[in-house]
Amino acid sequence: MRIKKDLSRSGSQITDPALFKQRRRLIKAAAGSVMAGFGIGLAPLAVAENSKVFSNAAKSSLSLDEKPTDYEDVISYNNFYEFGTGKGDPARNSKNFKTRPWTLSVEGEVAKPGIIDIETLLKTQTLEERIYRLRCVEAWSMVVPWIGFSLGNFLKQFEPTSRAKFIEFTTLYDPEQMPGQRVSVLDWPYVEGLRIDEAVHPLTILSVGLYGEILPNQNGAPLRLIVPWKYGFKNIKSIVKIKLTEKMPNTAWNIAAPSEYGFYANVNPSVDHPRWSQARERVIGGSIFTPKRKTEMFNGYTGQVGHLYSGMDLSRYI
Amino acid sequence: MTQRNLFWSAAKFAVFCTALSPFGWMVWDTVQDNLGPDPIETLHFRSGDWTLRFLMITLTCTPLKLLFNWTFQHRFRRMLGLFTFFYATVHMSVYLVLDLSFSWEQMLDDIPKSPYVLVGMAAYVLLIPLALTSTRKMLQRLGRNWKKLHQLVYVIAVLGVVHFFWLVKADLREPLIYAAVLTLLLGIRLVYAIRSQKITLSLSPALRFFLFSKN
Repeated sequence: MRIKKDLSRSGSQITDPALFKQRRRLIKAAAGSVMAGFGIGLAPLAVAENSKVFSNAAKSSLSLDEKPTDYEDVISYNNFYEFGTGKGDPARNSKNFKTRPWTLSVEGEVAKPGIIDIETLLKTQTLEERIYRLRCVEAWSMVVPWIGFSLGNFLKQFEPTSRAKFIEFTTLYDPEQMPGQRVSVLDWPYVEGLRIDEAVHPLTILSVGLYGEILPNQNGAPLRLIVPWKYGFKNIKSIVKIKLTEKMPNTAWNIAAPSEYGFYANVNPSVDHPRWSQARERVIGGSIFTPKRKTEMFNGYTGQVGHLYSGMDLSRYI
Repeated sequence: MTQRNLFWSAAKFAVFCTALSPFGWMVWDTVQDNLGPDPIETLHFRSGDWTLRFLMITLTCTPLKLLFNWTFQHRFRRMLGLFTFFYATVHMSVYLVLDLSFSWEQMLDDIPKSPYVLVGMAAYVLLIPLALTSTRKMLQRLGRNWKKLHQLVYVIAVLGVVHFFWLVKADLREPLIYAAVLTLLLGIRLVYAIRSQKITLSLSPALRFFLFSKN
């Protein structure tokens, strides 16, 4: 078939794709400099209406010296199966999720168990900004500026007993609000766990925010765990219960597929998932030509956490 | 050109444009930088979805003939089959060129470790001879063997669905839909084949009567 050449448009009216991109970059840069003039970064532009309540949280020396992934990507590309299994589902389905009132129960092997209100928690904890890389077991990663506090420091007030060898976290169970829980994709509620020495490690935090603002619902509001040297699924979201235990807890993904998701789930490029390689990761926010990044042992935290696993065969304890 | 021919040419052109539109949409979104936070994954998943969809659509032609004695769809069957191959090629290209940066090191690292990738690649390799022998000339040249060769599509479809099943983490609902559709499409063929005694089952005559009686 012959297609007539369109002569109605002269060549000069058609924008060259390279030029188009360059223009877009210029526009973005211009917008950025205007915003910077007002003392606002470009990324938090979308945050503007949401109060940046944590903007004066102390910067942590434990932060990565890397540019965080764009705010828009951090809040739109999520694994939070309680709100659906698609990456965009959590942002779509968690809009009306109620995070107030919210209480956290700390129980089990502690001398002083207690139930603590989220507002009290926010007032009593020293918040810091921690810029960490999040490496998902699905072989992608992003860099997130979390706002949070040390789990180890927080636990002290409950006085863990000598029998506290492990810690178990539980997500809210509320199928009314969390449509994903109406489907038995996982054994609800979501449960995660750590060994106690992992839990009190200085890198381990409970997060209540990101990019200086209150944690968006799709990112695990109002309270989630962040353990940066482990795969993303360990970072349990919307926590309502913390229980210190003597025995290793049964965790959600481990129950679902024990040969694929171990209790430790340390980021390890030399131990592959049974169905895919873990040697590399796709960096979220790149273009279609951005090559993958090499995954680092313990997600780059070998110096800080390697000793926790000395003598352990990490190809067995996955 | 007679009016009738003109009608079918127009219909073919319309089907062609419709079948190409998901690809156009992918190109558009790529140019517009509208593929979301993980653009490679978006292209990879979309092209994979369309491969399976076109495979299922292609496999619907025969059941429509069997069930309703319709024949119009056969005029589009080759085109639909070739679109299946086209989207499979896009899918493979996205994986090898964009996802693995076409690097031998990465390919060797990735492909042997992923059973679902191997199954998908097997399906793709089997599609190639079908695409190559899709011309009228080849049909005439191969004669009876052409049909035998093209029955490979059943194997390909099963491999394609297994490929999807094997890659998901926990939510099997979507691959289950494809499995159900494929079971139905192949099941209709099987029932008709048994009825017309192209295949004989070693069932008791009474059971066979019960299952396949035309009354």
